[in-house]
Amino acid sequence: MSLLLSAHQIGKLYGLRPVLRGVSLQAQGGEFIALLGPNGAGKTTLLRILATLMRPDSGTLTICGSNALAHPDRARAHIGLVAHASLAYADLSAQENLMFYGRLYGIQHAELERRVEDALRRMNLWLRRGDPARTFSRGMLQRLTIARALLHNPPLLLLDEPFTGLDQTSAAHLSGLLRELVGQGRAVIMATHELGRSLDGVTRAVILKGGQVSEELRDDLTPDRLAARMRDVSSHDAPRH
Amino acid sequence: MRLAIDQIAAIVRKDIILELRTREAITAMLVFAVMAIVMFNFALRLRVDTFRPLTPGVLWVTLIFAGTLGLSRSISAEQLNQCIDGLLLAPCDRSVIFAGKALTNVIFTSLVAMLILPLMAILFDEALMQPGVWVVLAFGVIGYAGAGTLIATMAASTRAREVFLPILLFPVALPLLVASVIATAGFLDRLPLAEFAPWIGMQAAFIVIFWTAGTLLFEYLVES
Repeated sequence: MSLLLSAHQIGKLYGLRPVLRGVSLQAQGGEFIALLGPNGAGKTTLLRILATLMRPDSGTLTICGSNALAHPDRARAHIGLVAHASLAYADLSAQENLMFYGRLYGIQHAELERRVEDALRRMNLWLRRGDPARTFSRGMLQRLTIARALLHNPPLLLLDEPFTGLDQTSAAHLSGLLRELVGQGRAVIMATHELGRSLDGVTRAVILKGGQVSEELRDDLTPDRLAARMRDVSSHDAPRH
Repeated sequence: MRLAIDQIAAIVRKDIILELRTREAITAMLVFAVMAIVMFNFALRLRVDTFRPLTPGVLWVTLIFAGTLGLSRSISAEQLNQCIDGLLLAPCDRSVIFAGKALTNVIFTSLVAMLILPLMAILFDEALMQPGVWVVLAFGVIGYAGAGTLIATMAASTRAREVFLPILLFPVALPLLVASVIATAGFLDRLPLAEFAPWIGMQAAFIVIFWTAGTLLFEYLVES
């Protein structure tokens, strides 16, 4: 499998407060990495740095062979991000949102129309393609967000709490989709709190604590074991009496 | 280069579609501008016999104040649902995003200028509908949109952005305001072009400075 992402000794300060302290992470095609950790562990900051939305204060970042800190615009073509927010324009329809983002990625018009139709059908949004995004439910918005993130066919997909607010059907659909994407040889890195269905198919779990990699697990990634490890990590933060 | 032009066009097209749907920016700018001109007309009529010396100042102050409403809306629209992140994820130089947003502001402010110019020409009884004034107007609007987009981006990261935008922008725009007023007055007074050409040059310099600064600094502003 090819190395799609290599982050080495990533550090980030918010003011004087260190949020990330020498985090290293590598992801190969076909890997599904769960980024776990308590609130404030630095998961979202790490994902934003990996997505090139934020520059680290130290460390190196290579995405699909190119130096993502020196040439972030090259790296961005290989990244799909599903963030907390939908990144969808509320007054544009689902189709218009995808057409707009596709144009930003330089996809030619005929090809873009085909990809948008495929994406909308796949996400069960085709019948609502003309409706403004503001009329969508949380689940529909999340599906639109995923369609946007995959529109340019990125080999690396980053997700920040993608299961939050989804009903069971939508969560099952998303879980299946992520496994399918991993099966296609993409690398998926997902920050999550949820230790249930969201971890189906995960090949590696990285636990962050206090801006550092606290633990990396490759085997026996059952929700029970991960929950136990998470409890251990969190218990070290608990106030002592 | 072709891709960058397509990306700028995509941003402008998207902003125009959004504006056609919501009519928030242009409506606010236009209503404000019309109200201001009408109020200036009534207020000034009480104390002066001729509007001639005041017309360029009224035109530019109105346009700059009205333009601020559009600038504020332009960036805040990108913050809803964090759409700005969607733009920043695109595989393009940040300057492309700046150019797209600034160009949209040029279009919206120009539209408002084109609509208020005839109104002012009637109310103030001035020959504003002449090519020379249009050129000064175009330069002024392009310069203001460049500086305004840059500073609106800066103000967007603050909590009280509606307050900070004018506080930060108006002092910066003062040289442009002065140059635009004098150049407009030059055309209205039918002075020889050589007498006020340096002020048009100053408008051009303002455009170069702030569009260059926007191109270079936008990346740092949106990432900070």
